[in-house]
Amino acid sequence: MKRAVILAALLAAAPLLADSNMPAAAYANVQLEDPAQEAKAETLMESLRCLQCQGQSIADSDAQIAGDLRNQVRLRIKAGEEPEAIRAWLIDKYGDYVSYAPRVTGLTWPLFAAPLALIALAALLLRRRFTRSAA
Amino acid sequence: MIATAGLAALWFAAALAVLQLFSGFLALRQPENPLTPVVRPLAIAQAGLVTIAFTCLIIVFAQTDLSVALVAENSHSAKPMLYKVAGAWGNHEGSMLLWVTIMALAGGFVALLEKRLPEPTLLATLGAQAFVSLGFYAFLLLASNPFARLDPVPVEGNGLNPLLQDPGLAFHPPTLYVGYVGLSVAFSFAVGALLTREVSPNFARAMRPWVLGAWIFLTLGITAGSYWAYYELGWGGWWFWDPVENASLMPWLAATALLHSVSVLASRNALRAWTVMLGVVAFAMSMIGTFLVRSGVLTSVHAFAVDPTRGTFILALLAINIGAAFIIFALRAGTVSEGQRFTIVSRESGLVFNNVMLSAVLGIVLLGTLYPLVAEAMGAQVSVGPPYFNPATAVFVVPMLIVMGIGPLLRWRRDKLGRIKHLLVLPALGLVGVAVWLGLRGVHLMPLLGIALGTMLLMVALVPLKGRRLRTVTLPLLGMVVAHFGIGVALLGIACDSAFSTEKLVAARVGETVSVGPWMVRLGRIEPITGPNWTALEATLSASYGGAATSELKPQARSFWTPVQQTNESAILTRWNGQLYTVLGEEAEDGRWQLRLWWKPFVTLIWLGGALVALGGALALLGRVLSDLRRFIAIDKIAYRRQQQGKL
Amino acid sequence: MASAPSASRWALWLPLAFFAGFTALVLFAMLRPADRAVKSAMIGRPLPQFSLLAATPAQPGLARADLATGKPHLLNIFASWCVPCAVEAPQLHALKDRGIEVVGVAIRDKPEDLARFFARNGNPFSRVGRDDVSAIQFALGSSGVPESFVIDGRGVIRYQHIGDIRADQVEMIAQKMAEAAQ
Repeated sequence: MKRAVILAALLAAAPLLADSNMPAAAYANVQLEDPAQEAKAETLMESLRCLQCQGQSIADSDAQIAGDLRNQVRLRIKAGEEPEAIRAWLIDKYGDYVSYAPRVTGLTWPLFAAPLALIALAALLLRRRFTRSAA
Repeated sequence: MIATAGLAALWFAAALAVLQLFSGFLALRQPENPLTPVVRPLAIAQAGLVTIAFTCLIIVFAQTDLSVALVAENSHSAKPMLYKVAGAWGNHEGSMLLWVTIMALAGGFVALLEKRLPEPTLLATLGAQAFVSLGFYAFLLLASNPFARLDPVPVEGNGLNPLLQDPGLAFHPPTLYVGYVGLSVAFSFAVGALLTREVSPNFARAMRPWVLGAWIFLTLGITAGSYWAYYELGWGGWWFWDPVENASLMPWLAATALLHSVSVLASRNALRAWTVMLGVVAFAMSMIGTFLVRSGVLTSVHAFAVDPTRGTFILALLAINIGAAFIIFALRAGTVSEGQRFTIVSRESGLVFNNVMLSAVLGIVLLGTLYPLVAEAMGAQVSVGPPYFNPATAVFVVPMLIVMGIGPLLRWRRDKLGRIKHLLVLPALGLVGVAVWLGLRGVHLMPLLGIALGTMLLMVALVPLKGRRLRTVTLPLLGMVVAHFGIGVALLGIACDSAFSTEKLVAARVGETVSVGPWMVRLGRIEPITGPNWTALEATLSASYGGAATSELKPQARSFWTPVQQTNESAILTRWNGQLYTVLGEEAEDGRWQLRLWWKPFVTLIWLGGALVALGGALALLGRVLSDLRRFIAIDKIAYRRQQQGKL
Repeated sequence: MASAPSASRWALWLPLAFFAGFTALVLFAMLRPADRAVKSAMIGRPLPQFSLLAATPAQPGLARADLATGKPHLLNIFASWCVPCAVEAPQLHALKDRGIEVVGVAIRDKPEDLARFFARNGNPFSRVGRDDVSAIQFALGSSGVPESFVIDGRGVIRYQHIGDIRADQVEMIAQKMAEAAQ
């Protein structure tokens, strides 16, 4: 709820830290020349969490550290690295927090079991609702 | 003076609510006790008193009566009248008062108009409604009195956050509250029906308009909220699966399921216990949503309305209301039979499928939203975002949409697919044709599926109208067609945005022309401008679509000074086939300006679809209310005639 | 009118069970608010390879090899534009005065701004590396400025301090440095 207040929020939630007046890194706000590579980078950036502004992906954030991370992602993609390798590199540094795509681990398996469990539960409860014959 | 009157009215209203609770439930044990006939008048009087209290609050805000603490904190004598009035509910205390006002008005309407339900069920419903209200009265009167006074009286008020001075923001909270309160009425009906074991088609018919009304407002709220995020955030996204967004989606999902199961119960006397449970769940989701936003237990971009003390209070109310309702459910639902059976191929079956899928999506959204808390409890950090939510919900949404096309064509109780086969040929061809065409053009699987399904839905949604003459199309039927069509439209918008959007990030010099999709955009000039509490740099962009005449866009980079913050105000150009979305970024060292440009074909269909869904709901509601009114008038006439005959 | 039997008794308690689970979870979360700072996953692991140019003409830059010298170092990530970094400066001086070698990495900073920063707040660093793209932060798992890392003599990261070091935390940091020296 509170969509209303939310946006005011957004405006108000801008980082209080002063920012560097240094220009943004080379690939922070510049796309890769190869559209296929850029598309790969874009998809990855949308699923990496901004470390400073926390509620946003790095693709949607004005924070400088998000810009620097976009720069890293694009440079690595340009150098031929696979998106999942870049994700793994960041998880190695920051833990699972940095990725919006949860991995299947001992901690997160319920997230992935849930859809199956929900269907099984529904089937179990509904089994007797239907009549077989057209009575 | 007026503030004192408002406070007095509020205390009286609370006292009446206590009486309403007591007498409503007493009637369950002793139907013949002397308090029974006063329950309805009590509910109506309570509504009147709390309306007086709320009116008093609006008056003190309109007059900027600074002796009232709430006014002094949130208003200012120099504010435009619209924002003075809106300021009455633009704060915590006022919004709580608005909540109890809407809730009491709803209770008053039920007491005044509802004639289908057996009297004990209705009285229990009003009792339950009073129970829920009392929690809010207690909090208002004991912990957040909106009429508290200041002494000495300050000379001037603090003003309202200038960011909140937006006509949309003034009316957004009331919209949501109407949605949530509508679900609270459904909740009270469900509890009333459980207590008297009267889960009948009449119960469903009594509850249906409230569910429909709530659902319309929730639909509008989500649609507007999403458009807001889209143009305010400046990154061209319209849904982020952020906890606060999920909190607004969950009540909608539950209400959508409830809406459909209620119609099974009303028409076919089936799915009784399930409908009652959904009635409780839908209101639970409203309160859980409010709690998640207020308590700040989850990290959100939108963390603004956070207040842990109030979060604790909402949690306590939530635990008492919903916990009690689920206990009553567990004890009583066993004695409520599920009602009529039906075969696999039947209208009921389609609706059951819809309910199961919607509930599963609700489960996924709730689990994904809360999972970071589960991880925290185990000492780890995880993030759950779009890469999880998109596929996990699509697994359920895709089959649901296919059944949504077929279900309305089926007959109640039992049917044969063979009977409607010929009606589905064209939509199926549309589905396959579009899918193949897009596949050849190299569109990715998810957007491809979205566009193909959307196309099919547009076709199949209209089939129920086929062969009918206009006179035989009832409003509820038309409403369903429009709403289902709207879902198809929104789906097309979502999928087109993800399939065909083009993005251009450039650093451009003044005078330079940049292309994005079919557009040529020229950076004309950059100049400083000032607003009431900000200064901004404004770019003038001339955009030309495929070489046609140019239109101007003026995106701004704003700097506010109280508090100090930077925002990017996007400028959007809408054509029939999509939107050009432009944002002005920072200046680079060499005098070039960072521009973010998007061409988003058919993105507007997302919100147009949402509006159509709400319109469909409104048509159905209008139809139901008109036929109810006709019925009530007829019942009154018969009663009157009987009375006359008795006299003769 | 064929009435089906209702769902099994146990199933009727499911909604309450789920709801109780939800309430327990959020109560737990409210009573014990988690620390939302993003911690590095690099603690206990050796520093990755890096080499940074000098941030000011007056002092040498910083590379991995400068830290794996058999002696522990305090690696401070800071910037002249960062307000808490100026607040932190006296504590870094206090640590330096205890004989701790403090090295710095300036994030997105210009030599002239740094010179002004040092003129105002003093310079506790023996070396200052220049990082204009926050690369050192991604290498160490750091998510903001200022942050400090205790690096032992073999170049292994032993401790991460998020935010500025307060006056009452100097003792604790000195303790961590002493542990790293063993």
